[in-house]
Amino acid sequence: METLRYVVSRFVQSLFALLCIITITFFLARLAPGGPFLDEKAVPEHLIEQMKRNYGFDKPLPVQYGLYLGRLVRGDLGPSLGNKGFTVNEVIAEGFPVSFMLGISGLVIALLVGVPVGVFAAANRNTAVDYSLMAFTMLGICLPTFVIAPLLGEILGLKLGWFDVALWENSSAWVLGALTLGLYYSAYIARLTRGSMLDVLSQDFIRTARAKGVPPGKVLFKHAFRGGITPVVAYLGPALAGLIGGSFVVETVFGLPGLGQHFIKAATNRDYWLINGTVTVFAVLILVMNFLVDILQGWLDPRTRSNK
Amino acid sequence: MPRPFPQPTREGYLPDLTLFSLRGFLIVALLFSVSSCRDESKVDIATREKILLLGNGGEPKALDPHIVSSVGDANILRSTFEGLVTYHPENDMLHEPGVAERWEANADFSEWRFFLRKNAKWSNGDPVTAHDFVYSFHRILHPKMAAPYASMLYFLKNGEAFNKGEIDDFARVGVKAVNDFELLCTLDRPAPYFPDVVKHTTWLPVHRGNIEKFGAMTDSYTEWQKPGNQISNGAFMLTDWRINAQIKVRRNPHYWDAANVKPNGINFYPIDNNFTEEKAFRNGLIHYTYTTPENLIEDYKKMENTPLRIETYNGSYFYRCNVTQAPTDNADFRRALAYSVNQEVIVKYVTRGGQQPAYAFTPPSEDGYHPPDVIHYDPDKALEYLEKAGYASGADVPEFTIILNTSEAHKSVAVAIQDMWKKTLGIKNVKIENQEWKVFQQTVLDINYDVARAGWIGDYVDPTTFLGMWVTGDSNNNTGWSNPDYDRLLRESSLLSDPAQRYAKLAEAESILLDQVPVLPLYWYTRVYLLHPDVKNWNPLLLDNHPYKHIDLQSSKTVKEGAQ
Repeated sequence: METLRYVVSRFVQSLFALLCIITITFFLARLAPGGPFLDEKAVPEHLIEQMKRNYGFDKPLPVQYGLYLGRLVRGDLGPSLGNKGFTVNEVIAEGFPVSFMLGISGLVIALLVGVPVGVFAAANRNTAVDYSLMAFTMLGICLPTFVIAPLLGEILGLKLGWFDVALWENSSAWVLGALTLGLYYSAYIARLTRGSMLDVLSQDFIRTARAKGVPPGKVLFKHAFRGGITPVVAYLGPALAGLIGGSFVVETVFGLPGLGQHFIKAATNRDYWLINGTVTVFAVLILVMNFLVDILQGWLDPRTRSNK
Repeated sequence: MPRPFPQPTREGYLPDLTLFSLRGFLIVALLFSVSSCRDESKVDIATREKILLLGNGGEPKALDPHIVSSVGDANILRSTFEGLVTYHPENDMLHEPGVAERWEANADFSEWRFFLRKNAKWSNGDPVTAHDFVYSFHRILHPKMAAPYASMLYFLKNGEAFNKGEIDDFARVGVKAVNDFELLCTLDRPAPYFPDVVKHTTWLPVHRGNIEKFGAMTDSYTEWQKPGNQISNGAFMLTDWRINAQIKVRRNPHYWDAANVKPNGINFYPIDNNFTEEKAFRNGLIHYTYTTPENLIEDYKKMENTPLRIETYNGSYFYRCNVTQAPTDNADFRRALAYSVNQEVIVKYVTRGGQQPAYAFTPPSEDGYHPPDVIHYDPDKALEYLEKAGYASGADVPEFTIILNTSEAHKSVAVAIQDMWKKTLGIKNVKIENQEWKVFQQTVLDINYDVARAGWIGDYVDPTTFLGMWVTGDSNNNTGWSNPDYDRLLRESSLLSDPAQRYAKLAEAESILLDQVPVLPLYWYTRVYLLHPDVKNWNPLLLDNHPYKHIDLQSSKTVKEGAQ
């Protein structure tokens, strides 16, 4: 009962947050100077007026907002103004699977690299191995993706010829994209894992286990690991959302047709419905991820369940 | 916990760009030397299958000839649709018959008759008739359609009035299907260059049944333009469109000249980022890049058998001056600004793409119009004008700002000019302000600036596409400049049918423009791109509108591999 009430209240909170995000985005996008119908070569005033009428932008803003919410409830995100002939639903339906695949592969790489590095560094704390690994991860955090991505393309794509450097169809460029994202996040995860493993390793129950003569490997993986991984799990929610929605740089560098590009281009094109659509999808994603992480965390760490 | 190492700052890890380009060059050289050892690349396969792989800038806004305006969109439409007259594969001054077999004009070039070929077909097998063109011109001019580029059809008599909703009856607009295969265009003013004008995408025909199957004539966002739905009349038809990934066109079996169409298809790749595009080219993924990063141009120039192409392009890069407010309202001050810019230095050291210093606004064309030779770097003259403008020295000039849309390339040019004004004229307080693209467009439209960066690409080969915009009240003027003599000369020129006389009149008008300098001409554009040696019959064109059906693909590798 207690759990159910918790879940329901979290759900209502999320819904409220979502409504706020949708509302703020709607009005902020409209406040931005310029508009979707401006073009490099000037478009005559009477034509701009007509375009506004065609899309219903001549109505008062609150009315448009009401109509928008009405459509949103039915799952209709409206037409895209920058990709004429496509609805925002279609644009997102095409872009999301690409971003999702990039994000998931990136996350898998990040975990496969980050967690073992962190555990290994923690097990060898304050040794040369630990220092060099941590220096390396710091480098990974400091190097932005727009530096790593072209470098990976240059080395793994052009020099070694393992992957294609761009395009989507029949192209392996997405692997480079996933690798860029994965390596970037693995640096965070490694540092996070190391820190929390060190915390756990210094606790009494570990000392007891060691005193009982449990072999070091077993202490590390059986006793310490489950506790040590908790902060990483908490980080996974926002990380996955960030990986899926925030891969603009990677998508641009490798020419991948994901959601990240739409996220940015919609804003620069003043593609109002696409701005609202991508923000909504991204917001839902973050809220869902955080929700799931909360539940997963409770399962991993009994303490979060008892002292809620 | 003590930190074993000092935290590296971000600056320390930023790459040195000069080193980057050097290494880039080495890798290019290496790759080109070893590329034949690698497996067959995507480009090799495509060459064998005769599929042209083209980088095409950004994602198209639409594939409807009546709503697009960008060059990249027009490139795709040129492959799928065919107008009355089309582009010649070697020379933009020449015409290739398209749907029209031949055409003739009356004595003063104000009435044009196009005789359509009887074997022209839509991709569903329907014949292309004069009625299709009337329908299409009606559609783009219809006020409800709100086609952003409808003004291209203001050449037609009453076209403007109909588009603005001043008249409702399309029958009064100067286009008529005399019969199924004869189209009569009555113009608003004589235009000896009319066949050049009708090559533009805005004059392309659409299939009525196709449009109306998916919505009303004037709906601009229906399903008709999607692959599988779209019916077109060009050498190719749309078969695949994935946003931000690719657009594919393949042979149209019903095309009247299908036997002479060389490629089997074209894939257009919307690659925004020019570094990505260049890498894709090196990686053997595309035959052609839409652009080339400026800092790699020198490296490519040094290469043996370089794929780099630098060609004259029908465009002008310039700065608009706001003539409605101080200090740029003073013509002498604007002259001082114009004569103190060393354009040679800009093209040689800043843009580096073989651009030509612009001594006038309209780019000269080889066997056509030659603009008056006026604007050259002349520090003495510049200082003289500064004094005439009432400033004893540059230090007295009030602060003013150059605005530009955010881009490294535009910024570099602006910084160079800022420096030139400082060194030559002593003007110290020139500011540079970036604005995001849409904000920038709005600012220019509102004439809410001092000096604004601008560029203009001609729609067809005639000086009117450049000079027409400076007429009083033109929607692209945006400087507040107005000159009755200029307007009169342009009006008079449009009544002249003899090209030489007309050009002389236009040159007279342009010399007024260059004397008053509401715009500071900087340079004339070039197209800088990379082209794979497999691509044959791709010729330099002033408008860069290549008719794809003539472009052939032949492997350039056979000899090299045989030698190994």
